Amino acid sequence: MAEAVATRELTYVGAIAEAAHTVLAEQDTAFVAGEDVAGAGGVFGSYRGLLDAYGEERVIDTPISEEGIVGLAVGAAATGLRPIIDIMFMDFMGECMDEIANQMAKMRYMFGGSASLPITIVTMSGGGMNMAAQHSQSLEAWICHLPGLKVVAPATPHDAKGLIIAASRDDNPVFVVLNKLSLRNTGEVPEDSYEVPIGKARTVREGSDLTIVTYSRMVHEATTAAEALAEEGIDSEVIDLRSLQPMDTEAMVASVQKTHRAIVVHEAVRFGGLGGEIASQIQELAFDYLDAPVARIGAPFSPVPFAANLEQAWLPNAPKIVAAAKELLGSE
Amino acid sequence: MQPDDDTLRDIHRRMVRIRVFETEAGKLAEAGRIPGALHLYVGQEAVAAGIMAHLSADDWITSTHRGHGHLIAKGGAFDRMFAELFGRATGYCRGKGGSMHISNMELGMLGANGIVGAGPPIAVGAAFTAKYRKTDRVAVTFFGDGASNEGSFHEAANMAALYKLPALFVCENNGYGEYTAQANHQAIVDVADRAAGYGMPGVIVDGMDAVAVYEAAGAALERARAGEGPTLLECKTYRFFDHVGVRGMGLSYRTDAELEEWQKRDPIHMFEERLAELGVLSQEQAAEVHDGIMAEVQAGIEFAEQSPVPDVATLLDDVYA
Ligand SMILES: Cc1ncc(C[n+]2csc(CCOP(=O)(O)OP(=O)(O)O)c2C)c(N)n1
Ligand SMILES: [Mg+2]
Repeated sequence: MAEAVATRELTYVGAIAEAAHTVLAEQDTAFVAGEDVAGAGGVFGSYRGLLDAYGEERVIDTPISEEGIVGLAVGAAATGLRPIIDIMFMDFMGECMDEIANQMAKMRYMFGGSASLPITIVTMSGGGMNMAAQHSQSLEAWICHLPGLKVVAPATPHDAKGLIIAASRDDNPVFVVLNKLSLRNTGEVPEDSYEVPIGKARTVREGSDLTIVTYSRMVHEATTAAEALAEEGIDSEVIDLRSLQPMDTEAMVASVQKTHRAIVVHEAVRFGGLGGEIASQIQELAFDYLDAPVARIGAPFSPVPFAANLEQAWLPNAPKIVAAAKELLGSE
Repeated sequence: MQPDDDTLRDIHRRMVRIRVFETEAGKLAEAGRIPGALHLYVGQEAVAAGIMAHLSADDWITSTHRGHGHLIAKGGAFDRMFAELFGRATGYCRGKGGSMHISNMELGMLGANGIVGAGPPIAVGAAFTAKYRKTDRVAVTFFGDGASNEGSFHEAANMAALYKLPALFVCENNGYGEYTAQANHQAIVDVADRAAGYGMPGVIVDGMDAVAVYEAAGAALERARAGEGPTLLECKTYRFFDHVGVRGMGLSYRTDAELEEWQKRDPIHMFEERLAELGVLSQEQAAEVHDGIMAEVQAGIEFAEQSPVPDVATLLDDVYA
């Protein structure tokens, strides 16, 4: 990536906070609302310093009322503001699913295009922190299934900042699904304001033997797996989708046309997960190029267990990707 | 309904059981020996103890993320509780739930809960069972001031009153939802005011005074068991530790002076003074209670540490019946 801009190392959470500051500086109709986003700066530190910089009219602590928070965003957006709302853990979407699914996602369409809902919904996904069944889920499939919503899932600090800014400028509701186990990860982040385009995948690593299509934290597991596979002479391409709705079908198809094999990896439960959609798209559009069925890796069909050993067994990871890749290559 | 001497000693025991367990659990978490997040109940013991003294294992409760105290007061055994916090196969949830989902159906504990406000509707369901089966069982739901802003609480309160269910809504108002003070999350001071909107009595009680809690809960539960419907009981209390973990002082969202004010009204100290004055339990006897419970806690920790982690082969067990 050749960007002629000043960058420096930032954590994933630092990049999130920087994006929030940037958006409030750039757009005077933007405000941030959510539980403990103001006084505490967010329970993950995502909004650190925001209250001091922008005041309590634009950085708002809400009651523990998720349905109220999403409704606030829908009503405020429809009447001209550009809300950024925080749903602390994506698991809490259960509390506000009507506002998400039946109001936010559909209002523009139902009203014949007369309403605009420029809402950014920031939320956290993922396990690996011993947070058990109600604080560890990856529920992106729920929201990708709703026409009218966009969904992005950044893996890196760079993409977290760029996608939040892009989401804030989009005239549609955009979910930014962040990953809580990645908060302390570091990476190069431009100092200035920039957008990562919604709907564009990134090729993390080029390769010729197989394509690993993934997103969010699993990008790092896939990269680790690709390095291990390289030592055994298997050359993998890793595609980070970054955006799940819309999805960069073209990028995955182009890669599979080159490598002839694909594995889809996500942390979410495999059954009914996005992997099914991705595998299907690849098979529909690149069937003649495939040398093997598209493989899928996702979590087993259970809630996220608490015990550390069970949770580790539950989570998809690099060794599981390596094993699947070998099987795929052996299956010719 | 005034507590007799045995009941007073029983309430004391329940409070001390919570205090010692939570203090030791907090130390283990700080030392990195318990994984995940612990929301400790220290400071609020009078609420769980004063109410649970009225309940048997046949009565149901729903709890919150701050659930250890409720389970202990309901009769939870330290060894199986510690085993759960450690994520061991011998834990109450076989290591699958941890602190935030700790439960024991045999004790009528329908779970701690990771979702704020999830308990009240479930308690309505349990109270519905009690009425449906024509028993005199009750369902008690514990929730915080913060949780009283979730729609789920309001829907549950309305239904319980409408169906005259044998339920008790216990709001443990500790003045904060996470790091947000009550004044910044609701425009009222007394959550009990909300009861009027649902057609049930709203009662306010000093949540640091176990006898006051016991008496107020006794009247409400009698009413519930007599088929006269639910009550909203607001207990004014305080958590001595941070929202998560142990640290209580030096927090940015509340003052040390405020904590110290509340600590002067430590529910256990106040209660022990009162029991000594009444001649129900001397200071020496109280100390013996503490020591005995500490020994039981240490044995529980040892049990947990020596217990096996769950077999990975059990990963998919209990997803379905
Ligand atoms: C639906 C939902 N929203 C938010 C949270 C995050 N959260 C956990 S505890 C808590 C505060 C709860 O406050 P309160 O009900 O007063 O209980 P307390 O912690 O004071 O005991 C919050 C916001 C959650 N677990 N579930
Ligand atoms: Mg509270």
